[in-house]
Amino acid sequence: MLSGFSAEILARVQFAFTVSFHIIFPAFSIGLASFLAVLNALWLWTDNQVYRILFDFWKKIFAIAFGMGVVSGIVMSYQFGTNWSVFSDLAGPVIGPLMAYEVLSAFFLEAGFLGVMLFGRERVGNGLHMFATGLVAFGTLISATWILSVNSWMHTPAGYSINELGQFIPEDWWAIVFNPSFPYRLLHMVLAAYLTTAFVVAGVGAWHLLHNKADAAGRKMFSMAMWMALLVTPLQIAAGDFHGINTLEHQPQKIMAMEGHYDSHPEGAPLILFGIPNPDEKRIDYAIEIPKLSSLILKHDLNAPLAGLDTIPDEDEPPVAIVFFSFRIMVAIGFAMLGVGIWGGVQRYRKRLYDSTWLHRTAVLMAPAGFVAVLAGWITTEVGRQPFTVYGMLRTSESLSPIAAPAVATSLIAFIIVYFFVFGAGTFYIVRLMIKTPQAPDDLEENGPTRTAGITPVQQLDDSHLAPGE
Amino acid sequence: MPDVFFELSFIWAGLIAFAVLTYVVLDGFDLGIGILFPFAHTHKDRDVMMNSVAPVWDGNETWLVLGGGGLFAVFPLAYAIVMPALYMPIILMLLALVFRGVAFEYRWKTVRWRGVWDTAFFGGSTVAALCQGIALGALVQGIDVDGRAYGGGWWDWLTPFSITTGIAVVVGYALLGSTWLVMKTSGAVSHHMRDIAKPLAIVTLVFIAVVSLWTPFQNAEYFGRWFNWPGTLYTSPVPIALVVAVFLLFQGLATGKETTPFLAAEAIFVLAFIGIGISFYPHIVPPSLTIVEAAAPDSSLLFTLVGTLVLVPLILIYTTYAYWVFRGKIDPDEGYH
Repeated sequence: MLSGFSAEILARVQFAFTVSFHIIFPAFSIGLASFLAVLNALWLWTDNQVYRILFDFWKKIFAIAFGMGVVSGIVMSYQFGTNWSVFSDLAGPVIGPLMAYEVLSAFFLEAGFLGVMLFGRERVGNGLHMFATGLVAFGTLISATWILSVNSWMHTPAGYSINELGQFIPEDWWAIVFNPSFPYRLLHMVLAAYLTTAFVVAGVGAWHLLHNKADAAGRKMFSMAMWMALLVTPLQIAAGDFHGINTLEHQPQKIMAMEGHYDSHPEGAPLILFGIPNPDEKRIDYAIEIPKLSSLILKHDLNAPLAGLDTIPDEDEPPVAIVFFSFRIMVAIGFAMLGVGIWGGVQRYRKRLYDSTWLHRTAVLMAPAGFVAVLAGWITTEVGRQPFTVYGMLRTSESLSPIAAPAVATSLIAFIIVYFFVFGAGTFYIVRLMIKTPQAPDDLEENGPTRTAGITPVQQLDDSHLAPGE
Repeated sequence: MPDVFFELSFIWAGLIAFAVLTYVVLDGFDLGIGILFPFAHTHKDRDVMMNSVAPVWDGNETWLVLGGGGLFAVFPLAYAIVMPALYMPIILMLLALVFRGVAFEYRWKTVRWRGVWDTAFFGGSTVAALCQGIALGALVQGIDVDGRAYGGGWWDWLTPFSITTGIAVVVGYALLGSTWLVMKTSGAVSHHMRDIAKPLAIVTLVFIAVVSLWTPFQNAEYFGRWFNWPGTLYTSPVPIALVVAVFLLFQGLATGKETTPFLAAEAIFVLAFIGIGISFYPHIVPPSLTIVEAAAPDSSLLFTLVGTLVLVPLILIYTTYAYWVFRGKIDPDEGYH
C-alpha cells in the first residue's frame, strides 16, 4: 500500500501525523485549564451558581481532552528514538534535558493534581481544590514553555558547540533555553491556545443560546468567550507580526516561502494576497498582489529591499506551496476571528449580544476555527524549517533512524487507523457533552446516582449509573 | 573503573533505574487491573476496579514518560540504539496504552459501547504489559550495536526468551493488580481477588524461577556475576529477601491481611528488578554499550541533575499526597464520574 515511498518520507509523514493529532489536545487543554481555574475562582469569589455549573460542565470535557493529550503525548516522547535515532543521538544532549525538565516540572504536576481537581473536591475542601485546579493550569503553561523552547531551538539553535562525533554539546544553557525565536513562539502559541479555547467555548455557548436565549450558563460562557475574542485576537495578530519579523531575521527562506517571493525585490516587495505557487517555473501563478506592502509589514518601510528564494541554493529551500497556503489559511482565520470579536463587541454595546442569531450561528461555525489555525500555523513553521531538523545545521535526511521502509509503513498505517478510531470516538463524546444543556449539580454534590434511586424508574437507574452525572 | 560517586553518568544510571522501577511499582498494579477485567463478575465490579485507580493512573504513566524522556536527556546514545532495536514492541506498547488510557473516560460516556471500551481497557493493558516484558527480555538477551546505531534486524527481539519474559510480566502485573484490589475494595470483589491472587502468585514465581535460571545462560558475564565467588556474596541477599517476600505474600493471603499481600508482591517486583540491575551493570545496553559510553556530556548531565534533585522529591511528596487523598477502601456507591 505504501511501498514505493522511502523510509524518510514515511517517517516524516508519521511524525507530522502523530504530532498534528497531539497538538490539537494541548491547544485545547492549555486554554481550558486556565478557563476552569478562572471559573472555579469566580464561583468561590462571587458564590454565583452559574460559574459552578460551567465548571462542572467543562470539567468533564477537559477530562476527556486531557486523557487524549496524555496518551498521544506518550507516543511523541518515544518517537524521537524509534524513527529519528540519529537526530536523538546528535541533538539529545541539548534538547533531551529540556524535555526532561518538561516531564519533571509540568507533566507530574498536572497528573498529580488532576485527580484532585476532577474527583477530590469533597475530600479536600474548596480551598485545596482551588489550589489543585490552579496548579493544573499552571502545569499546562510550564509544559508549553519547555516544549516551545525545545522546538524554538530547532529553528534558531544557540548556545552550543559541536564535538568530534557531530553531537551538539551544550555550552550556555541560558542561551539554549532563551534562544532567539523562543519568546515570540511561546507568546504566539499560548495566545493561540487561549483563542482556540475561547472560540470553542463561544461556539458551545452560542449553540445553547440558539436553543434557549435565556439559558444562564449559555449566556455566561458566550459573554466570557466574546470578551476573549475581542481582546486577545488583536494581541495575537500583533504577536504574529513580531514572530514574523523575528523569523525574517533568523530563517529568511521560511519568510520567502510564506510570502511566495521566488524573486528578490530590491525596491520594495509586494504582498501576495493569493496565487498558486509554481515550483517548476519558480513563480506564483495568478498572483493577486499589493505593491510594496510586504516590505512595509516586514521592514516597516515601503521601499526596503527583500531577498527572494533566488538567493538560496535549491537544496536549502523549503517546499514553497505547503508553506504558502498554510500561512494564508492561518492568517485568514486570524482575521475572521478578529471580525467575530469586533462583531460581538458591537452587539454587546447595542445590548444585543444574546439575541443576535446570526452572530450565534457564525460562532457555532467558527468553533473549530482555532484548531485549523493552530495546525496551519505549525505546518507553516515546521515545513518552513525544512530541509533541516536543526535549522542550517542538521538535515532531515541525515536525522533518520536506520530503519526499513516496511516497518515505518506498517506503524504509520497502525497509527492512522488507531488515532482516527480512538480520537474520533473521543471527539464524538466531547461533542455530545457540549450539546447537553448545562445542569446545576443538584446540591453541588459531585454525582452519585443513589440519592435519586427512589424516584427513578429502574431502566433509567441503570443508565444513570452507567453514565452518572449526565 | 571510574569512581562511582563522582561519575555523573553513574548517578544518572541510578536515577533512570529509579524512574523505571517507580514506573513498574506504580503502573504495574494499574495495568494489572486492566488485565484482570475479564475476571470481574459484574460490570459494577469493573466500575469499582477502574475507580480504584482513576484518580492516579496518569500520574503513574508519567513515570514511563520520564523513563523515555530521561533516557533521551542523559543517555541519548542508548535511547538512539534501543528504540530502533525494539521498534515493534515499543510502537505496539504505545498504541496499547492509547486504548487503555482513553477507556478511563470513554467507558463512562456510553452504554452501547461500554463493552468495546472494557475490551480496549483489557486488551490495551495486557498488550502494554506483554510488550514491556518483551522489551525487557530483548534487552537482557543483548542488542547488536554497529558504530553509534542499532546493528541488528527487525525481528531480533522476538525469541522464546523474550516471549517468556513478556508473559511473565503480564502474570506478574495481574498479581500486583489483584493484591491492590484486595487492599482497596471490600466485599465480593475483595474476596474474589484474594482467590485469584494465590494462583497468580504461584505462576509468577514459576516464571521468576524460569527466567532467573535462563538469564545467566544468555550471557557468560551474567553467569559469572551470580555464581562466581565473591560475586555470590554480594548477590545472595537478593534471593534470600525474595524468599521472605514470598512467605509474607502467601501468609498474608491466607490469613486475611489487607495490605501485606500488596506490599509483599511489590517487594517481589523490586527484588526482581534489582536482580536484573545486577546482571546489567556496568552496561546500559548489554552486551556492548556501557553506561559511561552512552552518557551525554557532563554539561547535560549536570544541568538536568540540579533540577532533578529538587523536583523528584517534590514529585514524590505530592504523589504521596494524591494517594493519601484517595486512601481507604473504594465506596462502590461513590461515582467518580
